[in-house]
Amino acid sequence: MERLSTHIDPADPEFAANDVVMRDLVATLRDKTRTARAGGHGVARQHELGKLLARERVELLLDPGTPFLEVGGLAADGMYDGGAPAAGIITGVGLVHGVECVIVANDASVKGGTYFPMTVKKHLRAQEIALENHLPCIYLVDSGGAFLPMQDQVFPDRDHFGRIFYNQARLSALNIPQIAVVLGSCTAGGAYVPAMSDETIIVKGQGTIFLGGPPLVKAATGEVVTAEDLGGADVHARHSGVADHYAVDDRDAIAKARAIVETLNREKAARVTLTTPEEPVYDPEEIYGIVPRDTRIPYDVREVIARIVDGSRFAEFKKLYATTIVTGFARIFGFPVGIVANNGVLFSESALKAAHFIEMCSLRKIPLVFLQNITGFMVGREYERRGIAKDGAKMVHAVATANVPKLTVVIGGSFGAGNYGMCGRAYQPRFMWSWPNSRISVMGGEQAADVLATVKEDQLVRRGTPWTPDEREAFRKPILDKYETEGNPYYATARLWDDGVIDPADTRTVLGLSLSASLSAPIEEWRPGVFRM
Amino acid sequence: MTGPDRQITKVLVANRGEIALRVIEACAARGIATVAVYSEADATAAHVRAADEAVLIGPPAATESYLVTDRVLDAARRTGADAIHPGYGFLSENAEFAEAVGAAGLTWIGPGADAIRAMGTKIAARERMMAAGVPVVPGTHAAGQDLDVIAAAADEVGFPLLVKASAGGGGKGMRAVHEPSELRPALEAARREALGAFGDGALYLERLLIRPRHIEVQVFGDRHGNVVHFGERECSIQRRHQKVVEEAPSPVVGPELRARMGAAAVAAAKAVDYVGAGTVEFMLDASGDFYFLEMNTRLQVEHPVTEEVYGVDLVGLQLDVAMGRPLPMRQEDIAPRGHAIEVRLYAEDPARGFLPATGTLTRYRPSRAPGIRHDGGYAEGDTVAVHYDPMLAKLIAKGEDRGQAIGRLVRALDAWEVHGVITNLPFLLAVARHPEYVAGNLHTGFIPEHFPDGLPEPAPSRDALIAAALADAMGLGTSGAGGAAVAGDGTRGDASAPWHLVGPWRGCA
Repeated sequence: MERLSTHIDPADPEFAANDVVMRDLVATLRDKTRTARAGGHGVARQHELGKLLARERVELLLDPGTPFLEVGGLAADGMYDGGAPAAGIITGVGLVHGVECVIVANDASVKGGTYFPMTVKKHLRAQEIALENHLPCIYLVDSGGAFLPMQDQVFPDRDHFGRIFYNQARLSALNIPQIAVVLGSCTAGGAYVPAMSDETIIVKGQGTIFLGGPPLVKAATGEVVTAEDLGGADVHARHSGVADHYAVDDRDAIAKARAIVETLNREKAARVTLTTPEEPVYDPEEIYGIVPRDTRIPYDVREVIARIVDGSRFAEFKKLYATTIVTGFARIFGFPVGIVANNGVLFSESALKAAHFIEMCSLRKIPLVFLQNITGFMVGREYERRGIAKDGAKMVHAVATANVPKLTVVIGGSFGAGNYGMCGRAYQPRFMWSWPNSRISVMGGEQAADVLATVKEDQLVRRGTPWTPDEREAFRKPILDKYETEGNPYYATARLWDDGVIDPADTRTVLGLSLSASLSAPIEEWRPGVFRM
Repeated sequence: MTGPDRQITKVLVANRGEIALRVIEACAARGIATVAVYSEADATAAHVRAADEAVLIGPPAATESYLVTDRVLDAARRTGADAIHPGYGFLSENAEFAEAVGAAGLTWIGPGADAIRAMGTKIAARERMMAAGVPVVPGTHAAGQDLDVIAAAADEVGFPLLVKASAGGGGKGMRAVHEPSELRPALEAARREALGAFGDGALYLERLLIRPRHIEVQVFGDRHGNVVHFGERECSIQRRHQKVVEEAPSPVVGPELRARMGAAAVAAAKAVDYVGAGTVEFMLDASGDFYFLEMNTRLQVEHPVTEEVYGVDLVGLQLDVAMGRPLPMRQEDIAPRGHAIEVRLYAEDPARGFLPATGTLTRYRPSRAPGIRHDGGYAEGDTVAVHYDPMLAKLIAKGEDRGQAIGRLVRALDAWEVHGVITNLPFLLAVARHPEYVAGNLHTGFIPEHFPDGLPEPAPSRDALIAAALADAMGLGTSGAGGAAVAGDGTRGDASAPWHLVGPWRGCA
């Protein structure tokens, strides 16, 4: 496979200026991540109680010296008045006894581990990852259940609290093991997390499971009972059978959870050819200087690909045709991948080239990696007349029907139908990550403001009260501000429109771990459906 | 090879630990059956597992088991063993036991009781050696019981001098005296110690050599009057007269000196009609003069370095000689090749005054690299108890030259996984890496001079060791027998490669 050449000049002032800006963006990401990881107000209280913090528990659960692919690390960022760092729950994929597992850990330092709307969404996203990739789930439970002040946003709807237990049953039915470790409260609905699990561990004097807590029991029946007597480890491990394993403390419980995973008998189902992993020959940190600080400035996305793939080797497909999209085969950590990367606006030919390439990957069962930097499809009479909607549809159709693992990284703009064609969230990529310089919205802020201003202006002209340039600008300003705010990657990741904002220099690592996890599930045969010709 | 005049078909090994395993191995290689004896503390010990048969001979205390002549002989009788190998320590230099073995109609794999006796008392041995023309350290010749008489002889010996117990060993009853005023208190202290340790207060004086090297010569005699030597071992690296690091050949002994020391050692052995493996210890001073120190009438702990450099199986040779076969080699056929270094792994804590340590070896994996030999008495999972010598194992590194041997030694020490019991492993590594050691500047005061406070850096804390041992016991290790946890190694064909290649990555934070 041919090695990509590089054409960058680190001495170029443009390169240096880009580098400074990107490093600044990465520093902001680092600060935000650190803040989110510090947990909530109850950190000291957890330690006083002799309990470990959620993150300490996760660390103990993982195989030593191995990575943790955290998902939704900045969920709820800027929401709930900053009251729910990481939405009060840690989710991600990690290695336990050599098996890739989805880990879901309530953070009791955040409002007692109760479920905000984003907490529910994040928990469900973790289960979706487990479902799509056939990864065993380990729930480290320490939660007071739903956050009652927001019950209307966490309880009744389809994708609310009840969906967690529905998913547990459905996952278990697919032989995706469900393991619960009860390290604190599991009250009311929360009692179903351990109760719905295949195997459950409970910690003496610390874990409790009951449908109604002592206050409710007293109110209902007048019976006075302690939490431990009502639903502690001895009750459930010796009498009720709600728990299967009895642990003396957090560490013991987590060791037992590891021991359970050791017995699961998991094999990775996807069959792909593997090569010896090879680092890229170019330094991934050079991405900082390569990516223009103004997203509107074009650059050659092959410079990014060269810093992600094994040995910087890339077998490009249709290199000379429809050059605004780059397609080709490569390896990442030895896994085969087909890469689709934007290199400009999408024309009909670009869409056809991408559709052709995606079809090949689907048939050959090669995972797809999308590097999104897209303003959208080309517009205008000439293009519509030549059927760009039809050609765009082919690309979208190919992406939607592709059964291979799809991984998306938003490395720049993600606007309009380009988001669909490049496997945005709605197209079920197994994992979707964003760079801190990225922007996502239905269209660019400028375009949106102009579109709305033009519509408004037409109304005013019809009424015979045309506006002054100042009035027009005053109309545009709030729209620009709104798009600036909502198009921000942190606004997006807070709402789990992606799985996390990543350091561009970590892209290869993140893709490698995501790929590895996604290959735990078998790759289904491709059924192409009808492509509009 | 001449046929044996007395066949050996089953050997009882009256020892434990690594030397018992070494003897069992040598017997097994010759098709000779083996019987282990063991105390209650050693019921599951490695030597019991390795032998064809095993006999319980008493409670844990050595004085009630391994040192009890009757029980060992009874075990031999019950199992039909026709020979006894004593190893080193325990009953190996007990002349009465050697005689009792013979009287029971069994073959004693060792020198005759007379030779053991002759060399067993230091003063007597010294006189014998002087008579045989072997150079001895200037000192008082005769056993002195009267402290005044001994003190009067001090001027003749010259200062600095050593006060030594006639029945001594292991440094007990020994005192260094640098000037006359220190003499009297040293004599009194030495006498008390000697009486306490050996029940014999006889003392003698000896010139204290400055920065001497401890050089010993391996000799071997057969029943046909042949005695050869297998060159020297340098054992200068000692801690309180316990050898820690030994090597062959000595960095300062060339062919000419080797021939002279060898001839002296052979003369010493012949003077007592020596049969079997023995070691003649000398002090070598800076001027190249050497003096007889003592003769050990047994196999030495450090025999493997000689085996490695001379390509000889000393234990096997002991068996041959015990069967009456003549030595298969002549002196002119014997030549060293390469260099070998042995270190002794002790269950003791260098950070706490080398106190013996106990525990369970939750993980024990010696290096298996080329040029590395491991003579051990313990396996992973074994318990190290307080009852016996704290030596767990010996590691021998061989190379074409001393530099290569040191390189292999350092690497093997670094790779040696010993968890659950505190050992002197970090200390051994510190010695092996010490520039003065590497330069070959050895003398018996090496450790006090270069490691006055024990270890140069503190050993890992107890908590860290417990944590590490627990992690290993739980199979949490990132390498080794962690089961599925190490299913992949990130190389070709690993379907989880990135998980094993990126380390403990936690994203951007």
